[in-house]
Amino acid sequence: MSSRSHVKVLEVLRENARYSVEDIARQTGTDPDEVEEIITALEEKGVLRGYRAVVDWEQVETERVRAAVELNVTLDRETSYTDVADRVAKFPMVESLHLVSGEFDFIMEVEGESMREVSHFISEKVAPVPAITQTVTHYVMETYVENGIEFDEGSDDDRLSVSP
Amino acid sequence: MTVDPADRVEQVPPSGIRRFFELAEEKEDIISLGVGEPDFSAPWAARDAAITSLEQGRTSYTANRGRRELRELIGAHVDDRYDLRYDPEEEILVTAGASEALDLAFRALVDPGDAVAVQQPCYVSYVPGVLFAGGNVVPVETRAEDEFELTREALAEAGADRAEVLVICYPNNPTGATISEERLHEVAAFAREHDLTVLSDEIYAALTYEGEHTSIATLPGMRERTVVFNGFSKAYAMTGLRLGYALAPPEVTTAMNRVHQYSLLSAPTTAQYAAIEALETCRDDVAEMCAQYDRRRNYVLSRFAEMGLDCFRATGAFYAFPESPREDATAFAEALLEAEGVAVVPGSAFGAAGEGHLRVSYATGMGELKEAMARIERFLSA
Repeated sequence: MSSRSHVKVLEVLRENARYSVEDIARQTGTDPDEVEEIITALEEKGVLRGYRAVVDWEQVETERVRAAVELNVTLDRETSYTDVADRVAKFPMVESLHLVSGEFDFIMEVEGESMREVSHFISEKVAPVPAITQTVTHYVMETYVENGIEFDEGSDDDRLSVSP
Repeated sequence: MTVDPADRVEQVPPSGIRRFFELAEEKEDIISLGVGEPDFSAPWAARDAAITSLEQGRTSYTANRGRRELRELIGAHVDDRYDLRYDPEEEILVTAGASEALDLAFRALVDPGDAVAVQQPCYVSYVPGVLFAGGNVVPVETRAEDEFELTREALAEAGADRAEVLVICYPNNPTGATISEERLHEVAAFAREHDLTVLSDEIYAALTYEGEHTSIATLPGMRERTVVFNGFSKAYAMTGLRLGYALAPPEVTTAMNRVHQYSLLSAPTTAQYAAIEALETCRDDVAEMCAQYDRRRNYVLSRFAEMGLDCFRATGAFYAFPESPREDATAFAEALLEAEGVAVVPGSAFGAAGEGHLRVSYATGMGELKEAMARIERFLSA
């Protein structure tokens, strides 16, 4: 098992994690058993952290509210970025959390059932964390692309059906 | 009064693709594996540069040979990628697609009655191009058992030694074949021995999946007798922008430019701005598209093998060229379209040597490709 074939499998999974092992094998020029082995190895090593669907909730009769939240922190001898991240990341409403460069320290994505729920979460759970000095919440109004998938009308292939 | 078209036009039959296009257009919900262009759009940066050029009012003609900046970038690009060294001032000509460049070469290099050897099966416009120029076509067959590579024997058998010009195309449309260096050396030696000018259509060079593309112009003694054709249509998914180029010694580009300056004057200006951006910043886009084609190629070849459909290992462009399971490939393609709504092109549309094969384009998303393969499998087992 070369790392080259690992990367190939990862690329295919990044395109569509629902491809069968047979289809992944066909696309990467390997066999299904090898693909299965590679995936297992990547999962065990923690390279593959999970598989989730990209959902356009607007099409479903369920309200979802998403927000991007900037967090500023003040560190001290006992508190590191990782300590802050660990405390915040444990909450199930947190979809992503990144330490970033620039004017604030963390960018966090949260998802809840209502604005009320999200606001409550920020004010009651996140803001009170001692190291966190400031939060700025940006509610998502419209999603255009998520995980590299466009939320548009889909295929607009206008090519001639047969051409030389 | 009735208008009587010129004889040299009437002798050329309409494209064999056309009939199949009409059949496919009549049906709804078809999956087409008959498309000879990328399913991607041009990289956004290139499109954005085209838009910006329009906003800035860049709508004039350019120099006949194309914008200097673009020719310099082309020169640097082909040097970097293919070891081809051409002077942007005198040896690079920017055209409205590689198709225009080929037409210019036929008109500039072929005298009435000249024999032009043409590799077969091949892209549909070479033979008409030769005929419009008044030349005589000498077809040189490539065969499945040679993996559609040109051989010295095939050239000799066809009588290519008495030709003035030889047209080759690797990676090849319609077969998806590439040519090994060894065979390319054979072709080059034949061309030198018989003093042939070689027109080498390398429009699919960037889509070479196993190993690197080698241009025949880089082989000893070949640069001075070769015209290389390439462009932006396939690698950069810019077919509709119509932009290509020819690389050749000064006397050849001068002759081609003589025709070009009186017919096109200059290649489309907007497209030239898009191409400048494409060469400057879109390398990663090309690599990503190429990686996707390669995955689809593997997928299609695996599926054909599973179905028991004989198909040589295509290593370039975005075509597979399986043998037709029925002797009459045209009848098979029509029946497949009728029964399962999958369009493939019979190989005979690309010359008699394509008879008995099917051109299957994988310039189509994986979802459609999967469905098409399932339908072909069902059709074969019915």
